[in-house]
Amino acid sequence: MSLLEIRNLHAGYGQMTILKGIDMTLEAGEIGVIVGPNGAGKSTTLKAIFGMLNITEGSIHFDGHDITGISPEKLAAHKIAMVPQEHNVFATLTVHENLEMGAYTRRDDYSRVMDEVYEIFPPLKDKRRQAAGELSGGQRQMVAFGRALMIEPKLILLDEPTAGLSPMYMSEIFDRVIAINKLGVTVAMVEQNAKQALAIAHKGFVLANGQNSYTDTGRALLDNPEVAKSFLGG
Amino acid sequence: MNELVFFINKGILAGAIIGSIYALGAIGVTLIFGILRFAHFAHGDMMTLGAFIAYVLAAALAAAGFAGPLPIAMMVLPIVMILTAGISIGIDRTFYQPLRRSGAKGIVLVMASIGVTLMLQGLIRLFAGPSSRELYFNEPKDIFRIEVPGANQMITVTEPQLALFIVTLISVIALHYFLSRSRLGKAMRAVSDNPSLAQVTGISIETVVRATWIIGGGLAALAGTMLALDVSLKPDLSFNILLPIFAATIVGGIGQPYGAIAGGFVVGYAETLAVFNWSVLLRPIARWTDNAFEVPASLAIVPTDYKLMVPFVLLILILIYRPTGIFKGRVL
Repeated sequence: MSLLEIRNLHAGYGQMTILKGIDMTLEAGEIGVIVGPNGAGKSTTLKAIFGMLNITEGSIHFDGHDITGISPEKLAAHKIAMVPQEHNVFATLTVHENLEMGAYTRRDDYSRVMDEVYEIFPPLKDKRRQAAGELSGGQRQMVAFGRALMIEPKLILLDEPTAGLSPMYMSEIFDRVIAINKLGVTVAMVEQNAKQALAIAHKGFVLANGQNSYTDTGRALLDNPEVAKSFLGG
Repeated sequence: MNELVFFINKGILAGAIIGSIYALGAIGVTLIFGILRFAHFAHGDMMTLGAFIAYVLAAALAAAGFAGPLPIAMMVLPIVMILTAGISIGIDRTFYQPLRRSGAKGIVLVMASIGVTLMLQGLIRLFAGPSSRELYFNEPKDIFRIEVPGANQMITVTEPQLALFIVTLISVIALHYFLSRSRLGKAMRAVSDNPSLAQVTGISIETVVRATWIIGGGLAALAGTMLALDVSLKPDLSFNILLPIFAATIVGGIGQPYGAIAGGFVVGYAETLAVFNWSVLLRPIARWTDNAFEVPASLAIVPTDYKLMVPFVLLILILIYRPTGIFKGRVL
């Protein structure tokens, strides 16, 4: 059984339906990348998985559990973490407190995970007593990733992690995503920079108008002339 | 020296007393605004309610012949705080939570809290009548006097005032440790900072909301009871205190607990020093300079009757020139 199985998902905000039958499966340990034009329902799909939308039809199963329409605060217990696109750190809390909040649902000793996070993101260790809002965009993104890693997630959802960052940071972020994946974390990521993102993806999903248009391995999608023509800008 | 003692009594101590009351109230208002995103107009009446509960408990115990080292109303304070906190949660569940769930805007909750204000005032008047009451039941109100060399007046602090300073200090320190060290305290700051991210992180918003009412309600009960002990318990106590508390909240920076404490004292001192008769301090200077200038009989910035104007003016000035307040809070 796959780790994440989305079947025929219809969802939207209030009365407005945005997703009209999305199918998606991810195996444990994979990086899945969701690409597509603006308004295709990429971020909406992530938000639907995270219980932030009205699901009208279809189902989401994770690790054998039905998590369709579960409330966001319950997902930490299923070891699913999310990094939203914007406002993804507690700006007035220190870096260290941000990580502690990431572990809010944990009642066990998480100091080992904390050390690991500081190891993956060395700049954070020096700034652990600083308010997260004072950090640079790239470092804030590290805090956001670190916060999400604190529950030792099985699945991490990343909503356009490179949005608003300079190209220099972009490749760094993708390196981090690979590093996180190497820890054994399954990644589902929405990205605007489709080419770079598909290059690191085991599986790619091209969405358009709230439906799947292409699903294949990342490599195959990059090599697919039709996908290249219509979605990757030639 | 007498003039200096007078200034300490009527200026410094008086400002600290009313400042403590404002600070305790403003902490609650600012926390509620930070977490629940609305201005809680019923906060003044939560204070009255707390004082009223203290009165009922103390009266019952006094009638039963109970006596102790402190006034009964002071000794029942922990119970009063717990009861008021419980009632706050009950009010939230009954009135505010259903509105929150239906996605009502902040202004709707403000209106609901004005409704709660009127209800609480009505209820208190229904049971206690409009008269003012003493929270001392044939108990001596101790007065502590400190002699000052060279002065025939003394620095005086009454028992409830001294108790107020102590409980304010303890509350502020406890609040600081709670917000900066405890898991729930940090979660409160996280929700105040970014509610949607807090939810994504798995922080239970309802738990944080409950904690907010416990702290807000508890401190309101504390401030209300201490104020009633110092002066007297009037059913319309809240009316005169709500505006200064809101001013303190905004002066300190909305959503900033430390700002609320600072704001409470700023407003308390502004009010006290504005009605202070500065002639008292000018007279000795005039004496030393051989009456080089004439000191008017009364030289207060604002007549005492218009005291409530001071927080109002302060509020308007802050809103115009520094809307984020001292501690960079939110903008209304």
